[in-house]
Amino acid sequence: MAQENLVSWFAAPPVLELGLELPDWYHQLQESSWQRFLTIPEPARTDENWRFADLKKVQFSELQAARPAQNIEVLIKRAMTERVNEFAAHFVFANNRLVYSEINGLPEGAVCLPINEALAEHGDLVREYFMQEKGSLGGDKFSALHAAATLSGLFIQFPKGTTCELPILTHHFASGDFNCVFPHTLVIAEDNAEVSVVDTFETANNDEQNIFFANVDLVATNGASLQYVALQDESDRGPKHVQINSSRVGRDAKITSAFVNLGAEWIRQESTARMMEQGSDCQIFSANLANGVQEYDQRTLQSHEAQHTTSDLLFKNALYDQSRTVFAGLIEVKPGSHHTDSYQTCRNLLGSNEAEANAMPGLEIDADQVKCSHGSTSGQISDEEIFYLQARGIDAEAARQMISLGFLNESISRLKGEAVQTYLFERFERKFRSLRDA
Amino acid sequence: MPRKERRNWLNFNNMSQTLNIQNLHASVDGNEILKGLTLEVPKGEVHAIMGPNGSGKSTLSKVLAGHEDYEVSEGLVTMDGVDLLELEIDERSRAGLFLAFQYPHEIPGVTNANFLRAALQARLPKGEEIDAVGFYKDMYAKMDSLNMDRKFTGRAVNDGFSGGEKKRNEILQMMMLDPNYAILDETDSGLDIDALKIVAEGVNRMRSPERGFLVITHYQRLLDYIVPDVVHVLFDGRIIKTGGKELALELEEKGYDWVTQELAPA
Ligand SMILES: Nc1ncnc2c1ncn2[C@@H]1O[C@H](COP(=O)(O)OP(=O)(O)O)[C@@H](O)[C@H]1O
Ligand SMILES: [Mg+2]
Repeated sequence: MAQENLVSWFAAPPVLELGLELPDWYHQLQESSWQRFLTIPEPARTDENWRFADLKKVQFSELQAARPAQNIEVLIKRAMTERVNEFAAHFVFANNRLVYSEINGLPEGAVCLPINEALAEHGDLVREYFMQEKGSLGGDKFSALHAAATLSGLFIQFPKGTTCELPILTHHFASGDFNCVFPHTLVIAEDNAEVSVVDTFETANNDEQNIFFANVDLVATNGASLQYVALQDESDRGPKHVQINSSRVGRDAKITSAFVNLGAEWIRQESTARMMEQGSDCQIFSANLANGVQEYDQRTLQSHEAQHTTSDLLFKNALYDQSRTVFAGLIEVKPGSHHTDSYQTCRNLLGSNEAEANAMPGLEIDADQVKCSHGSTSGQISDEEIFYLQARGIDAEAARQMISLGFLNESISRLKGEAVQTYLFERFERKFRSLRDA
Repeated sequence: MPRKERRNWLNFNNMSQTLNIQNLHASVDGNEILKGLTLEVPKGEVHAIMGPNGSGKSTLSKVLAGHEDYEVSEGLVTMDGVDLLELEIDERSRAGLFLAFQYPHEIPGVTNANFLRAALQARLPKGEEIDAVGFYKDMYAKMDSLNMDRKFTGRAVNDGFSGGEKKRNEILQMMMLDPNYAILDETDSGLDIDALKIVAEGVNRMRSPERGFLVITHYQRLLDYIVPDVVHVLFDGRIIKTGGKELALELEEKGYDWVTQELAPA
């Protein structure tokens, strides 16, 4: 049963030996996280946080810390064919190792470093925010494992008043059967700073059983604006993807995050946003294309912890074949957080009778003068929409795809920046094209 | 599908440059709406169809476009000799038929530009890509001629458009797709007089010996601006009277009762 499985995940901490001098506190955190990983029980259906989840997908075995990837040149080239010149900086990680970086134009004072280098140069700042959020939506075992193992990904710090219109782009590749990668992204936008970050998760090959255990820490202080996008474009068959995001939003600050899922056999994404001071605002979007037997499991928490805070969530799933989605979202208005405005919507477009969309919206309000709403809808593409497109010469199959793409695009079109929108839109088009040609 | 089962017994007019509708019967949910409609629109001519509400005008336009709610039980439609009813909806469009809808549908999230581009791309041979620069240039010129704000290219198709904006958008699509036969279903409704003039001018510029128009309207007003060669009166699923452009004025003056009474058995 579950207990037996536990050790087979990993027999020892899958830490990366890069031969680096790391601060003591970091070693201690790794060690205590590993102990936590060992003691936290595996997910069970009795846990509300795992309702509707297919727990068979969570039983991992034969995992291994990833050895260096093969054919790194090919991966870099693949990452480079994107519109990289529309990004302020571009980093490519393969199997936890930095294999390429290019800075096109970061503003003066901005720090953008691989996390292992940041530990040496900005240890105190990293320590203050790295994996500090203890609240969990069910994935604390994954977080513990991540904290025990990660040494890849970016540390981004935009000091007071620093702004950059172009986003910072990172690619995280996993390559090789049963290899695990532990991408981390830590972004700190200080007072009135503005920063935009895109993480792209890809697999090197199809049909490999890789696993991503990604954690993302986002922090915006007074008046800062931070946008974070996770594009998960792994192979449809094989990979599993766990991602746990936490956002801390300060006074009059804003964090926008988006999750775009196109691939992976199973994903679990948890996103916690804490509106901690007056004027905190959070926008959370997701656009997901599920086909085959893919399962997307997403859990969110919008936590309002101060007066006059706002948040809005829009998740959209387009489902085909026998795919499944789970959305569980909670809006929590903590005692005294008066004048909160908080919204949450999940919309599903069902492209097949066998697809299954589950939505569990929730509200807990302990304050006055609160405006909250939540809702979910599921529907099919209307025949009249298809007819309209067909009447203009577009064949029925292409019409269906255009409408689905439009449906998903509605949520990403709320993101800031041409570059980001175009980047995501092209990925969607490419994915739809590959489904059409399949 | 019933459409496929119909016998293709009429095969005259093979080479003719005309949209030919013969004895068309069509029903929806078992109710016959078109009851033996016969009409011919040769290329180069503008024909108007007038008729009271519920007489079957939109039904005719949707049957021609290929809407699957409507079942054709009898009759034949050929477009330049090709059996139109044998074609899929999108094939009819690519073959040169265009329908400007009375109630254009909204397509959330799909921008006008992407939509038009896909429609044009669908007309190109496989492997050939549309020239993006030329496409935008052409689209902007046509939008200017219709007094449409360029912001429309980035807005979702008809989403949140006013009635008049939707109608203009239909005409823009017609201009871009350059059809051989265009059916305009009550394009005048929802347009104020200035917009009506702009749209009519757009249509008039497209009149040519290479193109036929079927202009469906409830009111005579549109026909002051798009002057038809022939006017038909549709009543209860059939064409009951055909005449010149003066017929529209006569109808306006005397009402539809005048024609139906004329028809009534003594
Ligand atoms: N999809 C449909 N389902 C049921 N009845 C329909 C449908 N379309 C048209 N009808 C009926 O057919 C008749 C003709 O409608 P329509 O062609 O829209 O008339 P017009 O355009 O001339 O006003 C009306 O009685 C209408 O109710
Ligand atoms: Mg009508």
